[in-house]
Amino acid sequence: MKLDFLKRKKWVRLELSNQDVKEAAALREAAGLKQSLSTPAVKPEVNSGEVKTAQNVTAAPKAPGPDEAACPGCGAIHSKQRWERSFKVCDQCGKHGRINSKERVAHLVDQGTFSPIAKEVTSIDPLAFPGYKEKLDKAMIQSEAGDAVLTVTGRINGIPAALFIMEPDFMMGSLGSAAGERITRLIETAIENRLPVIGFCASGGARMQEGILSLMQMAKTSAALGRLSAEGLPYIAVLTDPTTGGVTASYAMLGDVILAEPGALIGFAGQRVIEQTIRQSLPDGFQRAEFLVEKGFVDRIVHRAEMKAVLAKLLRLHGFAPALAEAAATVSATTTDTAVNLQGGEAHVS
Amino acid sequence: MSHKLDFEKPIFELEEKIQGLRQFAEDNDLDLSAEVRKLEDKVSELRRETFSGLSAWDCVRLARHPGRPTTLDFIDGIFDDFMELKGDRAYSDDPAMVGGLALLDGVPVTVLGHQKGRDTLENIRRNFGMPHPEGYRKALRLMQQAEKFGRPVVTFIDTAGAYCGLGAEERGQGHAIASNLIAMAGLKVPVISVVIGEGGSGGALGIGVADRVAMLSSAVYSVISPEGLSSILWKDATKASEAAAVMKMTARDIEALGVIDAIIEEPLGGAHRHQAETVEAAGKWIKQTLGELRAMPLETLLEARYDKYRGMGQYEG
Ligand SMILES: [Zn+2]
Repeated sequence: MKLDFLKRKKWVRLELSNQDVKEAAALREAAGLKQSLSTPAVKPEVNSGEVKTAQNVTAAPKAPGPDEAACPGCGAIHSKQRWERSFKVCDQCGKHGRINSKERVAHLVDQGTFSPIAKEVTSIDPLAFPGYKEKLDKAMIQSEAGDAVLTVTGRINGIPAALFIMEPDFMMGSLGSAAGERITRLIETAIENRLPVIGFCASGGARMQEGILSLMQMAKTSAALGRLSAEGLPYIAVLTDPTTGGVTASYAMLGDVILAEPGALIGFAGQRVIEQTIRQSLPDGFQRAEFLVEKGFVDRIVHRAEMKAVLAKLLRLHGFAPALAEAAATVSATTTDTAVNLQGGEAHVS
Repeated sequence: MSHKLDFEKPIFELEEKIQGLRQFAEDNDLDLSAEVRKLEDKVSELRRETFSGLSAWDCVRLARHPGRPTTLDFIDGIFDDFMELKGDRAYSDDPAMVGGLALLDGVPVTVLGHQKGRDTLENIRRNFGMPHPEGYRKALRLMQQAEKFGRPVVTFIDTAGAYCGLGAEERGQGHAIASNLIAMAGLKVPVISVVIGEGGSGGALGIGVADRVAMLSSAVYSVISPEGLSSILWKDATKASEAAAVMKMTARDIEALGVIDAIIEEPLGGAHRHQAETVEAAGKWIKQTLGELRAMPLETLLEARYDKYRGMGQYEG
């Protein structure tokens, strides 16, 4: 294991690769952003955690036409194509709209390198809980993920990784037995194949329809992450809107590195519950990603357009490198710049 | 005990009747022992009937009963030479979580748990047994200390949940609980937990990842409070008794779901009316279980702990 690490170490590059820069530039352009990668920390005034509501926007919100989408933050109307291409980030207010696991994979994982893990694992109704089966059936139609988390292996700018991506379209990404099992199998796959784990969190919390079994998924996934950690493999948690409840009290907060999307709601207790407990309204920006950075619970906020590049960089900083043979083939078909990098790397290893 | 639950009332009435009869017999120098015995048989039958037919909601109310023995009562009754240790070494001491060192049959152990108050003033000081992040961090500090010195860990769970407030969020309630889950899953000493009253969600699990977990027979353990479930599901907090039933939160339900290893029977009538016997029953189980765990090689113990949590959940595929 030590030797492997030393070999990988020669691959570490401290700056973003040319491919990263190009991809990020394309995404930024699509998102209509002018920020440069040299300032990866998103400026708060551009992407403040404060989500503008319909009330504090001066112009009355227009209804979007059939080929248009309204920003959930400021109500600005975007063409649907542009909205999708920018991965639902608003160029007016910086709001990161919710995206599902499929869109997230398309955004993050190199084309053609994605393969699902534990897709066969699905939810049942262990408590015969009233209405749960119907809710599951509905969720199965609403989302292609098959449960509240999509688990895959794939490459990020050529670097093999294991990813779990929670699915807000499946019962609000609630953590039940199936999601816990999927994540645990993914972590075990990562250990077997010595892959880093990246986890995108988006969840309303534990799935109450599975009672105590859903609570135990917090212990189960944490135990698996403990094993990953003991193997010296990194886990990067990315907190997206919303990350709350049992997920926050388990794997969301266990990353070696914890990133968050701008403005994401992140907390243990729900805002309504806190307001009821303390009998006062919450301060602006409370439990938003920026607040968690300030309080020391998140390493940095990453704009969606730069997420892939930042993840690739983090993986390289942990000594991971693009996969050799196949990567060279893919790369030669895309850009010569990266091909040069890869050949350089190959020379090191041989 | 002033706090009487509705299903206890017939028992209390009969007990008062017996007491009155005894008093009458004594005052008038009469022999009414046959009548008294008849009534005593009747009251034991009534107790058996009542306590074998408790609903989930009855258990919730028993689990929350202010007369139940608390963590410190279990510690005092089971262990010797308890010395409380305080503080998380980062922010403050949290009186909703207590812990320290003690001897169990002469063996040093680390013991900790949620602490509810035994009266209103103490309850306010202890935040009704709902810890802030520093409570979980104190627990973690004590558990890591136990690991360092090779002491087994015994935890007592009794909380409505981790506190939901501004300060708790600012100081990372989620992070504090998560850190305990991963640490307990790999702690290199035997860990035992007993749910003695309320096992409220993540706040309970935050000191509840263990080699063996038991529940007292009328304790409850759930992912959300019945009131919370009822208000989310039916937008109506008054249907808590129905919510308690559908959530499967009694000791029998939780055992059937494979989440706990044992049920410690409370004497008929409940832990709140039989504190000493309840503490004794828990002590007996803890001593026996710890003996079994201490006989296991560490590697086997850790492997078995992982496998136990690895196997939790029900799904298809
Ligand atoms: Zn906007």
